[in-house]
Amino acid sequence: MGYKVLARDDITSESVRMKVAAPHIARKCEPGQFIMFRINEKGERIPLTIADFDRAQGTITIIFQKVGKSTYHLAELQVGAEIRDFVGPLGRHMDVGKIGTVACLGGGLGIAPIYPKVRALKEAGNNVVSIIGARRKDLVILEAEMRAQSNELYVTTDDGSYGLHGFVTDQLKLLVDGGRKFDSCLAVGPIPMMEAACKLTRDLKLPTLVSLDTLMVDGTGMCGSCRVTVAGKTKFTCVDGPVFDGHAVDWAEAKSRQCRYRPQEAEALEKYRRERGAS
Amino acid sequence: MTADEKPKPAKKKIIPHKHPMAEQSPAERVRNYKEVPRGYDVATAVAEAGRCIQCDNATCIGGCPVEIDIPGFVNAIAREDFTEAIRVMKSYNNLPAVCGRVCPQETQCEQVCVLAKKFEPVAVGRLERFIADYDAERHVCPPPEIAAAKNKKVAVVGAGPAGLTVAGDLARMGYGVTLFEAFHATGGVLRYGIPEFRLPKAILDREVEYVRSLGVDIQCNMVIGKTYTVKELLGELGFGAVFIGTGAGLPRWMGVPGENFIGVYSANEWLTRINLMRAYEFPEYDTPIWAGKNAIVVGGGNTAMDSVRTALRMGAARASIYYRRSEVEMPARVEEYHHARQEGVVFRFLVAPVRVFGDDNGWVKGMEFQEMTLGEPDDSGRRRPVPKEGSNFTVDCDMVVVAVGTYPNPIIPETTPELELTKWGTIKIDEATGATSIPGVFAGGDIVTGGATVISAMGAGKRAARGVDAYLTAK
Repeated sequence: MGYKVLARDDITSESVRMKVAAPHIARKCEPGQFIMFRINEKGERIPLTIADFDRAQGTITIIFQKVGKSTYHLAELQVGAEIRDFVGPLGRHMDVGKIGTVACLGGGLGIAPIYPKVRALKEAGNNVVSIIGARRKDLVILEAEMRAQSNELYVTTDDGSYGLHGFVTDQLKLLVDGGRKFDSCLAVGPIPMMEAACKLTRDLKLPTLVSLDTLMVDGTGMCGSCRVTVAGKTKFTCVDGPVFDGHAVDWAEAKSRQCRYRPQEAEALEKYRRERGAS
Repeated sequence: MTADEKPKPAKKKIIPHKHPMAEQSPAERVRNYKEVPRGYDVATAVAEAGRCIQCDNATCIGGCPVEIDIPGFVNAIAREDFTEAIRVMKSYNNLPAVCGRVCPQETQCEQVCVLAKKFEPVAVGRLERFIADYDAERHVCPPPEIAAAKNKKVAVVGAGPAGLTVAGDLARMGYGVTLFEAFHATGGVLRYGIPEFRLPKAILDREVEYVRSLGVDIQCNMVIGKTYTVKELLGELGFGAVFIGTGAGLPRWMGVPGENFIGVYSANEWLTRINLMRAYEFPEYDTPIWAGKNAIVVGGGNTAMDSVRTALRMGAARASIYYRRSEVEMPARVEEYHHARQEGVVFRFLVAPVRVFGDDNGWVKGMEFQEMTLGEPDDSGRRRPVPKEGSNFTVDCDMVVVAVGTYPNPIIPETTPELELTKWGTIKIDEATGATSIPGVFAGGDIVTGGATVISAMGAGKRAARGVDAYLTAK
């Protein structure tokens, strides 16, 4: 028994969208929560934000970038294949109320996890100004979906191949410099992007929430692999988060902890590729 | 010869010591994950069982949290009636192969053994292990009696020692039992916490299979409180009662600066990566781990011993225990302490952590400790460690495991607001029945007591099974 892949598509050369049958998770999950998967008996437990869900169909949609052994392996699964373990919904959901005008910054693969939050903010009656960015044009994901759920959408690329040449923070600064007022900000993406966003919004005195993507083992508060310092206190991303006040996060610590298994991650991916090539 | 002339059995000369159990040598075992003690063979078990004097007032039974008929099963071994021995055992205990290995017998049955007044007690733990393993190899135990189906459903949350016990007992009473587990695998602390060299996974699997064979439906990947709430289990899912046995899985930290440097693990993370995720077989298994060469483990319980002995097996050249009280207050099982010593673990007593040092890249590089002296007894009855002024010192290390205890897992309490808790965050129950403040909801094990032993969780499970049965019968 496992969890069946119902649909999959390569949304860029680096990332995959997958719809998985998990009715018991779909009936319960809320924006901001995540699942953990284990590909097979030898697999690692990996957290992924729930990008979308359909309660009626009983499905969970995940969007992931191929970065390590587990995500490359997951990307290989075709429709009809099964994921060994799929558990959730984990983490606290984001409290979504009517705030006013909200700047939603999605960087790279952060666009996927920010999407359900953007939709919820819009449904709650907020004026949602979304800014999504990627390294280059072909890596921009969910543009149409984000546009449909936002009052305004801006796109940036690092190389200028599409939209504004620059980072999402550059676009936010342009808007603010042009006199736009925001009541709140939500930033989801790689740590350097969230850190840069928080640096800018702190100067702007703009309250900012971030969603962290830390290394986890159990995802239920047991191990502390995902711990992060927020406002001087140790918090567990899995049970206290993954959404935190970005201005209170110790980013230097978060960055170093995120990189701690880089050599092993490279080794595992190398082995996987070698074995795939040989078979 | 008439009956009168029949000689009274000569008063047995008591063998003063337990029969030793063969073990892997320290030099050999410290580089592998195989189980350390090899267990008794038949002849040794029969001889050891023969040491039992079969007291009329068997105090050992009172020393056992699940009140196993110890003289009964020991006597059956002495008579070489192994079928009867395992039948007696399993009528009290669904997990004898586990208990024989991990119970602190020296503070339970064996402590109150009458022989122990003058000699070493009967090796009850070793005999329990023997009979469980004998049955696993030869399948001599008659199938358990299962009562007629009652057409009533019970949900058991958490497949650790408490949950497995409740589930097994209720299934035998005829209830339809579903056992929900948050992890992808059963066993709870028996799987993620206790290492292979102390409790081989194959033995745990065997015991879980036995519980499954009683008719228990085991569903993994179900985080109750998240996937389903307790209220939903009692409501739309149609369970007549719920037992909560979710354990004390939340790590307690030292509360000193520097605890988040890389290379500082909670014992839960260190052991879970290795035991549950099999990081010691990386990259054959996907989960990575970083293991230091100079490891410090802070704490003095079984988890600390498991962590430090695992550090040696992961390649540490030096692995040390730093404990804030003295040797006699250590809560670890005596056998684990001896095994750790034999394997070369360095022990520093009466030292408390002050801070953790890290390098510029955020990796741990040392620790500062302060020496302690023992003062008046505290709430636990053990002498309280008191800091010695001006005694601080620093040590180098490249890895730290924090094994200073755990808190109850908060997921169910947080999502079940009606559930009454103690000030420690544990669930309040009626001791006799396991009943909580919510009708139909029962609890037991570490979620009630805070971190305790496997067998006390099983004892709580047995009481709760009777509590659930009484509740559903009256309903």
